[in-house]
Amino acid sequence: MIQEPILSVHNLTVRFGTGRKAFEAVSGVSFDLFEGETLSLVGESGSGKTTIGRAIMRVHPVSTGSIRYRGQEIAAAVGTKDEKLLRQKIQMIFQDPMASLNERAKIDYIVSEGLYNFRLFASEKERRARVENALLEVGLLPEFASRFPHEFSGGQRQRIGIARALVMEPEIIIADEPISALDVSIRAQVINVLNRLKRDKSLSYLFIAHDLSVVRFISDRIAVIHRGHLVELAQAEELFSRPLHPYTRALLSAIPVPDPDAEHNRSLIVYDPSMHRYDSDPPAWSEAYPGHYVLANPAELTTWVANATPEPALSP
Amino acid sequence: MRQKADHGTSPDPIAEPRGPDSGGTLLSADNIVIRFNLRGRTLTAVRRASLKLHAGETLAVVGESGSGKSVLARSFVGMLDKNGRVDEGSISYHGHDLARFTAEQQWLGIRGKRIAMIFQDPMTALNPLKTVGEQIREAAAIHRGMDRSASKLLALDMLTRVGIRDPERRYSQYPHEFSGGMRQRAVIAAAIACGPEILICDEPTTALDVTIQAQILDLIQGLQRDLGMSVLFITHDLGVVARMADRIAVMYAGQVVEEGLSREIFYDPRHPYTWALLASLPQLGVKGEELFAIRGTPPSLFGELKGDAFAPRNPLALRVDFENEPPFFEVSPTHRAKTWLLDPRAPAIEQPDTVRRLKARIATAGHRAGVPHPIGQEASV
Repeated sequence: MIQEPILSVHNLTVRFGTGRKAFEAVSGVSFDLFEGETLSLVGESGSGKTTIGRAIMRVHPVSTGSIRYRGQEIAAAVGTKDEKLLRQKIQMIFQDPMASLNERAKIDYIVSEGLYNFRLFASEKERRARVENALLEVGLLPEFASRFPHEFSGGQRQRIGIARALVMEPEIIIADEPISALDVSIRAQVINVLNRLKRDKSLSYLFIAHDLSVVRFISDRIAVIHRGHLVELAQAEELFSRPLHPYTRALLSAIPVPDPDAEHNRSLIVYDPSMHRYDSDPPAWSEAYPGHYVLANPAELTTWVANATPEPALSP
Repeated sequence: MRQKADHGTSPDPIAEPRGPDSGGTLLSADNIVIRFNLRGRTLTAVRRASLKLHAGETLAVVGESGSGKSVLARSFVGMLDKNGRVDEGSISYHGHDLARFTAEQQWLGIRGKRIAMIFQDPMTALNPLKTVGEQIREAAAIHRGMDRSASKLLALDMLTRVGIRDPERRYSQYPHEFSGGMRQRAVIAAAIACGPEILICDEPTTALDVTIQAQILDLIQGLQRDLGMSVLFITHDLGVVARMADRIAVMYAGQVVEEGLSREIFYDPRHPYTWALLASLPQLGVKGEELFAIRGTPPSLFGELKGDAFAPRNPLALRVDFENEPPFFEVSPTHRAKTWLLDPRAPAIEQPDTVRRLKARIATAGHRAGVPHPIGQEASV
């Protein structure tokens, strides 16, 4: 891709605590996010995927490495003016719509809080128009603005959370498990809203999730993270048809298939990190196929590529 | 306390010994109505729902939040909230009608001992101030009347059985030292330590990661087979039950709307709500296209519902759906659905695109897992 990434993370490391209690949550992670793309970070709880999102949001301080937004370094302190711009252009959507909305505020205030903070409107009329517009865009009615969060269902509340991010006219949305707390039937509504907004506004998503079946449906590219290390990154269909890293294989084998006969024959692969011999032969981030990266040492890379199924990508 | 007493301790109202799987009905809930008093209003959470659990089977109850699936299951163990009650219907289990139980004393011989239940969040099920092993041992001591050393041996055995390595060390650890998946395993160990006949699992994997979810599902399935238990598995995600369910009951707005063998529900669903649930699974979606979403929200259960409760959200609803409640129509001896579409007088409804393509997509999904598709074959078990 010759395209310039909108967000570029290079060798990112985040440590918490000091001395003997120090814990490295994210170790040397690098990836690019391109304009209009959905990149998913997939891993289990404690893998560091949320920490990466928060480091980009500048909530967690970065220990080493760089994060560039349109070429500008944002990992370290930036000026007040840039700070304001970043707070606006990079927005976040949270996991639990029951916990992320202020119960005492009306939807009107919840959605416009960011506008108030940055004085982004000339008149009260303009502010109202922007709130109404944001609500309409996520499929809610403008009259909902005068209601309180408890009057809405989980799916509606999650869409309010999306409207609140959207009203700031962001370029990047970091969505941290935005649908894992929702019922299957409501999940579909939220996925559709996210997909439509991406198309209409050429938003870029960093989608943080553990559910690969959802991730496959919405992502352009998928990065798999395990204990703070990226282990594999590829186009979504490429990753599903030709997984290389044993951890990725384990994750794929765990996806439930809605087909009883297929399920009875599915076997679960369990990943055991002690299989690696990294003390004598440390791994490197290597490009196994064009655009398909994997964390492996030379011996592993050869074996994994040799064992990979060369089947063409099946369209879902 | 008795030594190693098995199932027949004195407060047990059930003297009948447990035989091997006969496949007969073990628990039968008929026309259950459950109401709650909420701030002066009455909410009917379960509306004349019937369910049969056979010996040695896994029955999955599927539905969205508020469909009454958890409330119905809780009524089997007398764990409804204080403002709720079983108003009508009967729950027969070994000659007892659990719906008529009023005193806590009556439940003691059933809950935990014969019918155990595990929940979504393992942290709230465990006491943070007691060691995990002690909690499992205690359950065995109380329900099986074992002494300290016998119950400890049993607890260690249970920890091993649920796949917890190094059980001696884990026995004396506290819940906070366990990961989410390990905690759920410990809860399962406590539940099976009492040797229950029925294990009710209420969304046991919803709070867990996908890899851990798969392991816990495998564990429950394995235990079910080894111990000959019946499992009632409650979930909102049809996608996860294909592996373990023998039969599936789909619930909507407090009623069972379709039930059948697992293969019948996945390969030949008949109720529009079941179609909708299947079609909204991302596993069956087509990338780049809209995912099928059920429009609207479930109905309020405070008032009387007229006709088919799903009709307002069903693009294919017939006029009769808004006026009369449909009865059950039998599709096969094991498969029935509560929809007017199965009435012989109903017009031949063109199934929505999503449903027609559903079968093909289930086939593709199965194919990816390396299994040939069975469409065309007779559903037989």
